[in-house]
Amino acid sequence: MYFLASLSERRRGQLAALSIAAVVIVVGVPLWWRTTETYRAWLPFSQIKDLSKLQLHLSADVEVVFARGTLTPEQQKKLPLTQTQDEEHAVDENTVLRYTHEIKYRTATIMEEEALGKPTAAEADLSLHMLSESPCGSSVVYVIPEVSSLLPENVKVYIGQRRTAILRINAEMRAGKTVEQLLAVLKPQIKQVLQVMSFSHTDITAALSDRVRFNPGSKESMTHSMRAFTSSPGYEITFSLLNPDPRSHRLHWDIEGAVQTYIQPFLTKLSPLANFSIDSQMLHYAMLGVNPRYNNDRGAFILHADSLAHVINPVEARLGSNAASSNPVLNFLLYVPDAQHSPLYIQDHKKMDVPSNAFHSPRWGGIMVYNVKNLYGPEAEFPVNININMAEVMGVFLTQLRLLVGMESSPPPPGFLVAPCGSVGLADWELDRLMWSRSVENIATATTTITSLAQLLDQIGNIVINDNIAQQVSSAVTSVQLAVAELEAGNLGFALQYSKETILASEKAFFDPSLLHLLYFPDDQKFAIYIPLFLPMCVPILLSLLKMASEARRRYREKQAKKD
Amino acid sequence: MSLSDSLISFRNSFISPRFVQNSAGQFFSSGHTNNWAVLVCTSRFWFNYRHVANTLSVYRSVKRLGIPDSHIVLMLADDMACNHRNPKPATVFSHKNMELNVYGDDVEVDYRGYEVTVENFLRVLTGRLPPSTPRSKRLLSDDRSNILIYLTGHGGNGFLKFQDSEEISNVELADAFEQMWQKRRYNELLFIIDTCQGASMYERFYSPNIMALASSQVGEDSLSHQPDLAIGVHLMDRYTFYLLEFLEDIHPSSKTNMNDLFKVCPRSLCVSTPGHRTDLFLRNPESVLITDFFGSVRKVEITTEPKFSIHQSYSDSDP
Repeated sequence: MYFLASLSERRRGQLAALSIAAVVIVVGVPLWWRTTETYRAWLPFSQIKDLSKLQLHLSADVEVVFARGTLTPEQQKKLPLTQTQDEEHAVDENTVLRYTHEIKYRTATIMEEEALGKPTAAEADLSLHMLSESPCGSSVVYVIPEVSSLLPENVKVYIGQRRTAILRINAEMRAGKTVEQLLAVLKPQIKQVLQVMSFSHTDITAALSDRVRFNPGSKESMTHSMRAFTSSPGYEITFSLLNPDPRSHRLHWDIEGAVQTYIQPFLTKLSPLANFSIDSQMLHYAMLGVNPRYNNDRGAFILHADSLAHVINPVEARLGSNAASSNPVLNFLLYVPDAQHSPLYIQDHKKMDVPSNAFHSPRWGGIMVYNVKNLYGPEAEFPVNININMAEVMGVFLTQLRLLVGMESSPPPPGFLVAPCGSVGLADWELDRLMWSRSVENIATATTTITSLAQLLDQIGNIVINDNIAQQVSSAVTSVQLAVAELEAGNLGFALQYSKETILASEKAFFDPSLLHLLYFPDDQKFAIYIPLFLPMCVPILLSLLKMASEARRRYREKQAKKD
Repeated sequence: MSLSDSLISFRNSFISPRFVQNSAGQFFSSGHTNNWAVLVCTSRFWFNYRHVANTLSVYRSVKRLGIPDSHIVLMLADDMACNHRNPKPATVFSHKNMELNVYGDDVEVDYRGYEVTVENFLRVLTGRLPPSTPRSKRLLSDDRSNILIYLTGHGGNGFLKFQDSEEISNVELADAFEQMWQKRRYNELLFIIDTCQGASMYERFYSPNIMALASSQVGEDSLSHQPDLAIGVHLMDRYTFYLLEFLEDIHPSSKTNMNDLFKVCPRSLCVSTPGHRTDLFLRNPESVLITDFFGSVRKVEITTEPKFSIHQSYSDSDP
C-alpha cells in the first residue's frame, strides 16, 4: 500500500501525523498535566527545615541584694555589679538548651532594710513585696547576715510567696575576701536557690518529652512527667458528689460558693496558661465498685492502696462529660460512703492511714472519701441532712489540682523553708516555673507538628494544600520564631502568649479535615487507567513517526550513496 | 496523578520500608496512663452476622475489663440486632443455642450503618474530623494512651473490604499509623484483624511500638465457627470465638501476658494459622499484660497532706 500511494498523498499523511503529534505534545501534555495536578499552596519549607533544629535559649533576670552587715565597706564600693551565669546542654543532635541568668548585685535601700527588720520572714516578705513588684520571670534574693533573727535556726533559705527569697550568709564566708571571691563563694548557693525558684534543667527536659523522651533518672521524675496533663488551650474541671446511699444521707454541698472562694482565684491566676471551665454534678446510687474490708481493731472499713486502681473505672462509666468540647477533663470526685460501710479509710502501702483520705490518678483527676458517720448518732432519723464542710474538701482538691496542673511535688533541698502558698494556692514563682515549662512544651510540640506536617505534605504528592492551611502554617512558623526570640530576651509573658498562638495554629493546620490522604493509587492501577486511554491514540502516531524517521534516514543514505 | 509523581511512587515501591528509629528505645520505658479501643466491623448484610458478633464480643470484653464507653469508638456497618430477619430481636448471639448475648443492655455504637467508611475510619485514626464532630466519635488519645484496634470483615491480600463497595489497603493503614505516631497519638498500639489473609494487612507497618495479630496467613482463609439453626447464619468466626473464650478468663487484676494471646486458636481448632508481628514493638511481649490493652488499669497515687491549710484562712465558709 505504501508503494501505491502517490507522493502528494504520502506527504499529506506525513504532515497529518506530524501535526497530530505536535498538537499532542504542545497542547495535550501541558493540558493534561495542569488538569490532573493537585492544588498545593506555597509553604515555607526552608523555614520549617530550620525549625527541626531547635535551639532554645532561656534567660531570666536575678537581683541579689546585700543587706546591711553582710559586706565590708571596701566590698560595698565595688557594687553595683552584673554577672552572667551561662549553661549549655545538648539534649540530642537536634535540640540544644541554653540557660542564662543575668545576675545584678547591689546593696539594699533604706526601705528594704526596714522591711528586712520585721520580726518574721513572712512579714518581711510582705513588706518587700509592697515596695516593688518583680516582673514575670525574674527573681530577687536578699542576703542577710547570720546575726539576723529573721530566719529560724536551721533554715538557710526562705522562699517567699512572690518572687523573693532570703538567704543567710555565714561570717566565715565573707571575712577577708574581695568582692570577686565573695561572689564566687555565693555562686553555688544562688544557683541552688534558682533551681527551686526559676527554671531547672530537669523541668525543661521533662517539658520536651514530646520531642525527646528520656529514660527517666528516677521513679520520681517518671511519675512527675506522667502525672501532669499535656499542654492544651483549655481544660474542663468537673466536681462530682457521689452518694451511694440517698436513703440514709441527704447531702448538701455549696459547690458554687466553694468554687468561687477557693478554686476560682487559683484558676484566674493560671489564666495565662489556659482557659478553664468548671461544672459540677451529683450522682446517686453510685457505688465504688471495690469492696472495702472491715478492720476490727479500727472499727472501720479499710480500702487498701492496691485496690484503689480498680475504683476509678466503674465510676468513670457513670460520669458525664461535655460533649461539645475536646478539651481534657479533670474529674474530682467526693465519695460519701453508705451507712453500712462507714467510716471508710484509705491506707497506703505501709498500712498507715492517709490523713487526707484521698488519692489521685495521673492525667485523670482525684477522689476523696468523706466520712459522715461521726456527724450523727444511731438514733438519728433517716435520711439525715448533712452539710459538707467545703473548706476541708476544697483543700484536698486544690492540692490534687496543683499536682495535676504540673506543680513540683518533690521536697525542697535541706535547709530551705518554702512559704505556704497563701489564699490563692499558688506562689508567683511557682507560676513562673509553670510558664517556663509550658512555653518550652508548646514550642517543642509545635515544632514537631509543623515539621512532621511538612514532611507528610512533601512525601504525599496527592494531598491538596488549601490556602487556609498554608496561612495557618505560615503563621505558626512566625509565632514559633517570635516565641523563641522572646524566651531569649527573657520576656516570659510574651513568650507564653506566642507559644500558645503557635500551638493553636499548628494543631489547626495538622488536623484540618481536608488533609486526608485517600488518594493512594497503586502503580498497577495507575497504568491500568492510563493505558486504555492513551495507548490506542498514541500507537498510530508513534508508528507513523517511526516510518517517517526511517524513510528520512533511507533518503539521507541514498543521497550519501549518490554523492559518493 | 502527574507522571513524575507516578514515577516517584513507582521508585518508592522498590525501597524497603523504613526501619524503627534507633533512638526510639529510649522513648517507651515510661508507660501508659489511659486506654482506648477502636473496634470496627466492616461488612453489612444479614449473612455477615458473624462479623458484627465478633466486634460486639470484643467490645463486651473490653468494657468488662474496664475501658469506659467514652474511650471506645465502636463502628458497626450494619444493624443485626434490629434486622428484620433476626428471629430474636435486640440480641446478637455468639454461641449457638443462644447461650451468650453479646449485645446486652448497654451498647454505645458510635458509627453505625453507612457512616462506617474508609474515610471515617482514617479520620478517626488521624484525628482529622470536622469541628462539629461530638466527643464520643473522636479518638482523643495522647502520647500516653495504649490503643487496641480490632478490624473484622472480608479481606484479601493487602486489602480489607468496607461496606461491600470500597476497600482500604495495607499501605493506607500503615500510613495512617505513621501519622498517628508523628503526632504522638499513641504510646503502644495493638492491632488485631480477623479476616481472610489477615496477615497481609500488617505486613506494611513501619511505625514503632505496634504489635499485630491476625487470624490467618496470606493465602489462607479465616473460617467461621458454627451456625445456629434457629437464627440461620454463622454466629462467630473461629479466631474471635476462641479469643472471646480466652478473654472471658481474664479479670482486671490478672497477670496473663501477650505470649498466651499468641497461642489462642492453634491450627487444630482454627484451621487457619494465626500470625503475629512483634518486631516493631519495643517491649518484650512476655512483659506485656493483656490488661495493658484490653483493660484500663489506672495508676494511682496517694494524696499527701496539702502544703497550705485552707481552713485557717476561711473559717466562715458554711454553705
